[in-house]
Amino acid sequence: MTKKPIISLNDVCFQYDGQDNYALHSVTFDIYEGEWLAIVGHNGSGKSTMAKLLNGLQFPNQGKITVCGLPLTEENVWDIRKQLGMVFQNPDNQFVGTTVEDDVAFGLENMGIPREEMVLRVQDSLKKVKMEQFLYQEPHHLSGGQKQRVAIAGVLALSPSIIILDEATSMLDPRGREEVLEVVRDLKNENRLTVISITHDLEEAAKADRIIVMNKGEVYREGTPEEIFSMDEELIKLGLDIPFSVKIGKAFRQKGIDLPKHYLTEEELVTELWTSHSHK
Amino acid sequence: MDISLSQVEYRYQANTPFERIAIQDVSIDIPTGTYLALIGHTGSGKSTVLQHLNALLVPTEGTVKIGEHEIKSHQKNKNLREVRQKVGIVFQFPEHQLFEETVEKDIIFGPMNFGVSEKEAKARAREALKQVGLGEEILEKSPFDLSGGQMRRVAIAGVLAMNPDVLVLDEPTAGLDPRGRNEIMEMFYTLHKKRNLSTILVTHSMEDAAKYADQIVIMQRGRVMKKGTPTEIFSSPSELVKMGLDVPEVVRFQMKLEQKLSVKLDKVYLSIEELSSAVAELLGRGVRT
Repeated sequence: MTKKPIISLNDVCFQYDGQDNYALHSVTFDIYEGEWLAIVGHNGSGKSTMAKLLNGLQFPNQGKITVCGLPLTEENVWDIRKQLGMVFQNPDNQFVGTTVEDDVAFGLENMGIPREEMVLRVQDSLKKVKMEQFLYQEPHHLSGGQKQRVAIAGVLALSPSIIILDEATSMLDPRGREEVLEVVRDLKNENRLTVISITHDLEEAAKADRIIVMNKGEVYREGTPEEIFSMDEELIKLGLDIPFSVKIGKAFRQKGIDLPKHYLTEEELVTELWTSHSHK
Repeated sequence: MDISLSQVEYRYQANTPFERIAIQDVSIDIPTGTYLALIGHTGSGKSTVLQHLNALLVPTEGTVKIGEHEIKSHQKNKNLREVRQKVGIVFQFPEHQLFEETVEKDIIFGPMNFGVSEKEAKARAREALKQVGLGEEILEKSPFDLSGGQMRRVAIAGVLAMNPDVLVLDEPTAGLDPRGRNEIMEMFYTLHKKRNLSTILVTHSMEDAAKYADQIVIMQRGRVMKKGTPTEIFSSPSELVKMGLDVPEVVRFQMKLEQKLSVKLDKVYLSIEELSSAVAELLGRGVRT
């Protein structure tokens, strides 16, 4: 895959009114087309501010953001939002329609899409998130995971090239979380979507293509999941965690079991133990 | 304060066409000092059980005993005020319930509402803030200027300032970062031990249930499916998996490893430390596969 930046941040600074500290300070990085980027950091590290800047809910005090080749300014913000869909944390705060169908149609209505096309797009997007059977259901009949999938369908209907998940799974139970992530993973593979996931679920981040660690408003580290999770104790000091397989791998090493590297999934670790330590 | 539920049933909108049974035949004993974890899927009836613990809901069948108070259907239940003073509930996302102009006013609202003097309530507010790890300097701030994690702590302080005997925690760490999660869970555990509280934790986290609870109750479709100590509950992990529930990461890992190596360890281990020792010993002896 050739790396083509779809979003670039260049020396971005942002300060909320009345606050002494910068919420974001001198942030520079690129997000590449088609990648799954996880942005992790403790509460208050600047992750969510970043999400607000990326779709123009706030504008930087300094520095430049470019999305799909366009500088992110007040003039361009509406064109840019067509390219960039966002799913927020709370499933109950982003359901605007009285039925699933109305909810997904909301964004399309706003854009003045003709009715015939709208009907098709609504059905198609709901199919993609496996919610096509819930067309006429009311939101309070849905689980948290189902509501978030409808929110994603609402975003997909506008056919964006980028989707931002702003802690979109943090209020869901484990099953809901898995449902949502599975849907996004399938979508990414089929449509060449770029996925930006702002999260403190480290198991989820372990499956991303790349991770950016934020700390106190700055980019602390950038790398592949292997690189990031080899930071080990340093991550815990930053208020984060490491995936279970890395944790138990470390305990094994302390007990004298020889392991050549970090394993980001339990399957890899189990296989390693099987091949090098017991295979006869 | 001892709490017991015996054969509790609750129907929403009873005697209407919308009637729906939320929980049935639920019997749980929670003696003083117990740390109980309540586990189950969304919709399994956990929240309905929780609302019985301070008589926000009155059972449609069966009895709830909270200390000296007996709460039954078809009878006038008096003095619920006292019950509610003794049972503090930290609801999900409690920061959504902050409403006062300053942190101090928000924390003292509960105690004063129950007749505690302003002076005493203010003293409790300071104590409660210390317990949740915040400094007195935020007392005069607006709760809405705080970060999400701080707001959560202030809301919890508001419950602690009531000096409850029983703490009911509904997913108290949802949405927090790993450090915040750990700090809050440790804080509750310390308080539980120090004040000999009864603590009831509603959670999706099998890690927390395994780590903190003395007793675990698993709810499914409005009924108690299983109860026991963490060791009892997790000793048959495949049963839980079949029910569509998670098991602690350590237990899941042990299952995967046992399957791959075609061995069975002597028991189910609930901590990384114990499991890694057991595996090291096993591999040191040499596994025959």
